[in-house]
Amino acid sequence: MIEVRDLRKIYVMGDEELAALAGVTLTIERGEYVAIIGPSGSGKSTLMNILGGLDRATSGDYRFEGEDVAHFSDDQLAEFRNRRIGFVFQSFQLLPRLTALQNVELPMIYAGVGVAERRARAAELLERVGLGARMGHRPTQLSGGQQQRVAVARSLANRPDLLLADEPTGALDTRTSEDVLALFGQLNAEGLTLAIVTHDPEVAQAARRRITFRDGLVVSDERTGVPA
Amino acid sequence: MNPLELGRFALGAILAHPMRSVLTSLGVVIGVAAVVMMTSIGLGAQQRVTQAISGLGSNLIIVTPNFQRGPVSQAAGAGVSLRDADAEAIRKQVADVAAVAPVVRGQGQLAADGANWNTRIEGVTPEYLDARDLTIAAGRMFDEREARQGRKVLVVGATVARELWGDDDPIGRRVRVRTVPFEVIGVLESKGQSGFGQDQDDVVLAPLSAVRSRIVGRRSRGDSVQTIYVKAADEESLDRVQEDVINVLRDQHRIRAGEDDDFQTQNMASILAASQAAVGTFTVLLAAVAGVSLVVGGVGIMNIMLVAVTERTREIGLRMAVGAKRSHVLIQFALESVALSLVGGLIGLAIGVGGAFLVAKLGDWPAAVPAWAGPLALGFSVAVGLLFGAYPSWRAARLDPIEALRRE
Repeated sequence: MIEVRDLRKIYVMGDEELAALAGVTLTIERGEYVAIIGPSGSGKSTLMNILGGLDRATSGDYRFEGEDVAHFSDDQLAEFRNRRIGFVFQSFQLLPRLTALQNVELPMIYAGVGVAERRARAAELLERVGLGARMGHRPTQLSGGQQQRVAVARSLANRPDLLLADEPTGALDTRTSEDVLALFGQLNAEGLTLAIVTHDPEVAQAARRRITFRDGLVVSDERTGVPA
Repeated sequence: MNPLELGRFALGAILAHPMRSVLTSLGVVIGVAAVVMMTSIGLGAQQRVTQAISGLGSNLIIVTPNFQRGPVSQAAGAGVSLRDADAEAIRKQVADVAAVAPVVRGQGQLAADGANWNTRIEGVTPEYLDARDLTIAAGRMFDEREARQGRKVLVVGATVARELWGDDDPIGRRVRVRTVPFEVIGVLESKGQSGFGQDQDDVVLAPLSAVRSRIVGRRSRGDSVQTIYVKAADEESLDRVQEDVINVLRDQHRIRAGEDDDFQTQNMASILAASQAAVGTFTVLLAAVAGVSLVVGGVGIMNIMLVAVTERTREIGLRMAVGAKRSHVLIQFALESVALSLVGGLIGLAIGVGGAFLVAKLGDWPAAVPAWAGPLALGFSVAVGLLFGAYPSWRAARLDPIEALRRE
């Protein structure tokens, strides 16, 4: 599903050039559950942003389902993020003025889904993540774990092909982390492709493939087949 | 996506900070209110001036001596150059003249039945009523014969009648005008205040020859008059009559070709046009000054929109992450700015119209809100919102989503 070839991302800082990605080549198949690990600054978040269409590589090839994402226009990328990708961030990134339900509706509004349909779908997704009783709550009225589950529901709104999570448990305690991981496990079991950037060994353990980054390069890529 | 949703986003953001939104709009409120008030007051003034000038008489040409003749300007009255004969000549030689009324003016103390009143005294002929569009409310005007004989009779204005006799009937009463006894034979219909703040009812009319011999006689030549009113038969002939009057008078005064007139003629229509133009210019000036506050209001909106973009950087990043195009972000913020400005414009319009009526009431002034005030105010506020929202919206739209999401 994802084919990345010799991907480079170079940041120019004054006279110095810093390679966040120094030639990454990898493939991710449909239905995989991938953990991307490595020390901070190793380029794993940069890769995720490029895979999600939030950022562009300096050079290299990126194909998603055969489409040449590397050469998408800004508007094409926006549409790509909207329809194909679901993002889950470490800091949840919920809009504080909106209720849980409205937050989940947001991607569907940009996709042009009608009011009745998107409201029903958002409610269904919140039910699904166990927040059926809290749809009218605002983010500040929810715990961290609940907020992250709203964010997961939002990421699923437009039935994405790929769910990208950047340190999804980074701001959560152990117990709520487990809840979120269990949710990821279920989603993957239903066929959703997941790629998770993490420091957390437990999260990495849950995945079925671990790609380790160092200095902008893939240093190991191991498959465990079944989650540990 | 449905563009209405962008409008909903914008409204949501505005309603999230009601106080701030109101304060942001305040500049536009004041700007629009000021523009609407100024144009309304200006239009009211213009109508007032029109009323006042047409109140002097329609199709009227006013002939006065030209005091500024020659290199040294002379004291008023010194250059009195109009004579009875001039009025006679106009009557005889100019076609399409409805009335010719020479006037001698004086000022004097009136005393009657224990009361005193100082007023304008006009020595006129019966045609004067016709020339100035005056009518008699009670009693009668003196006739040609009485005028010729210089009978000491008076037609008094409404103010004079009220001041001297209150509610009593003035007809038949005796009045001393500077010690000369006159008899009141008529009362003029009230014309009210003129546009120039002069009470048009504070006047008495007497036969020209009587005024000349009894009241102003010692100070001027026996046959001079101060003003000749010439009323044209209709509006179409006004300009031609004015031309003819000038030619007749130049002839009378033996002014050679190339020499300046020793009199001047003013045509009511041109006075009206000139005054209206003057008031119009003044109105435009006032509105322009008020327009400046509209610009200041716009700058206020821009300021708050820039703050909003900075504050909501993360929101913008998130919207982009879940699929907002740059154009969606641009339009959302532009709509927000336009909505703030438009609401300000609506409130300002209401205040402006209300203020115009209030000023009209307090100042005894016709309230005249121009029909285009509404569309203009709203058009302007939309334009201000777009203009000053453009830069903040553009800043929002060109944010980098990753940077934006990272912003605290």
